[in-house]
Amino acid sequence: MYALIDCNNFYASCERVFRPKLRNKPIVVLSNNDGCVVARSQESKALGVKMGVPIFQINDLVKEHGIVVCSSNYTLYGDLSNRVMTLIKQFSPDVEIYSIDEAFLKFNGFKYFDFDKIGPEMHKVVIKGIGIPISVGFAPTKALAKVANKIAKKFPERTNNYYIIDTDEKRIKALKWTAIEDVWGIGRQHTTRLKSIGVHNAYQFTQLNDSYVRKYFTVVGLRLKKDLEGEPTIDFEDIKPKQNIATTRSFDVMMENKDDLRERVSTFATLAGEKLRKQNSNCELITVFIYTNRFRQDLPQYHGSKTVKLPFPTSSTFELNKYAQIALDSIFEPGYKYKKAGVILMGISQDETMQLSMFEYENPKHKILMNVMDKMNLKLGDKIKFGSQDLKRKWKMRQDSLSPCFTTNLNDIIKVNAISNDYL
Amino acid sequence: MMKERFLITNRVSFIEFDYSDTKEVPYYDGGIPAGFPSPADDFKELTISFDKEVFGTSPSTIFCARVTGSSMEGAGISNNDIIAVDRSLEPKNGDIAVCLIYDDFTLKRLHVNKDCVWLMPENEKYKPIQITDNESFQIWGIVTHTLKYHRKH
Repeated sequence: MYALIDCNNFYASCERVFRPKLRNKPIVVLSNNDGCVVARSQESKALGVKMGVPIFQINDLVKEHGIVVCSSNYTLYGDLSNRVMTLIKQFSPDVEIYSIDEAFLKFNGFKYFDFDKIGPEMHKVVIKGIGIPISVGFAPTKALAKVANKIAKKFPERTNNYYIIDTDEKRIKALKWTAIEDVWGIGRQHTTRLKSIGVHNAYQFTQLNDSYVRKYFTVVGLRLKKDLEGEPTIDFEDIKPKQNIATTRSFDVMMENKDDLRERVSTFATLAGEKLRKQNSNCELITVFIYTNRFRQDLPQYHGSKTVKLPFPTSSTFELNKYAQIALDSIFEPGYKYKKAGVILMGISQDETMQLSMFEYENPKHKILMNVMDKMNLKLGDKIKFGSQDLKRKWKMRQDSLSPCFTTNLNDIIKVNAISNDYL
Repeated sequence: MMKERFLITNRVSFIEFDYSDTKEVPYYDGGIPAGFPSPADDFKELTISFDKEVFGTSPSTIFCARVTGSSMEGAGISNNDIIAVDRSLEPKNGDIAVCLIYDDFTLKRLHVNKDCVWLMPENEKYKPIQITDNESFQIWGIVTHTLKYHRKH
């Protein structure tokens, strides 16, 4: 048996843990730079706020209903996520953290487990210990655990926040209830194809024959079908290092000046390099792209992108930055107003598999220096920069409504009153 | 003391307690030696980790908070002290608790009777509060430790 644990409206729930006044209030959390809505509380969903909508488009709704708008505070969400994951590890030694707010648990020898006890216990431990509400789905396969979780989430009162698929009857009923677009791993294109052949729910998908599924939905689709039929086919994946790493951002103002872009690209290369070193990898290809604002069709449009092959695999920010600037030089066109840029690292290999060319190799001091820099930046909060980065931090991500880092910064911890209370 | 690591997907930072580099305070089983070599030096390997002491029991459910006001002076908790609050503990009579009253955090000692809860201050300038309306009251967490700083000049 598997369990899928999923935190309800995770980002919004995190904002509420230390700000109880936000309970029952509609909340939206914005993407980096306060652009679009990336998370909504139940109340905001009920008001019809759509995922991904640019915040300026719903200003009236925000005012009218007093929607609480939060910049994304990943420091807080990451810490609370880590706490939730640590707590649920007491229920099974086999845990696969699937995303910031979801984890699969594996229960071997399930006849010894009473899931009707474990489900409510999980919910209680997490809501009491951290203050985050969760839903739990139990089933013999991962894809079915996803389905069970959805049922628990949809009917919290009736299910008591957990649902178990442990009979074929329950499985079929649940699959008939699940719309095909809500099935784990079925994307928009697959949905269109499936609907065109009359498949509207997950049960109908399992009734297709294997060779047809394999032909149109590849072996991945076939594994999914088996999993939905109750035959465990999708097991815990080994956590693989990412095969490409991207750092891209929109700017809050449009930039015409090459030096300004230089600074942004340098910063993105630095951040991407940090991510690369975190997973102990090197990369061989670096892509830089720059875009004008496609929402301003009244302005001349241009986008440039250039991929440079590095002479050897590296994770040194010096090298990444050097080649990122070369790429930028080759694509920069004067006279345009740029709105977005990004750096993407590809050709990623693990550090120990480094293939050096005969005569070209990295200055060995780079690795030591990078290591020291990463450690110091971690301690001091990104104080060590490259000369090409913005040293005075003229440029800052827009985070107008950032909540305090309640759990990771002593200056931000909650205040508790030991003064007279005139409530009563 | 604390070590951050980042998920490789996006810039999410995690805090984890890293016991390997805590600043440990040498602890002498036989008092503090002064001036001359002491036989206690042989027992120096006994050390205290405050992190372990405060967070070791349940690092996932313990949060820090800062106290405002003096109503808990009698319990040794003063204005501006930092307290460690464990949300996972079952409240017992006599515990000092962070409570939510109408969504405000307040610090009191719990006094549980058969039929109601009293919130007791530890300072005679303040009055006890009787909880009659459970709707607007919640025990948020139990105070386990206080961190004070005594050099305020």
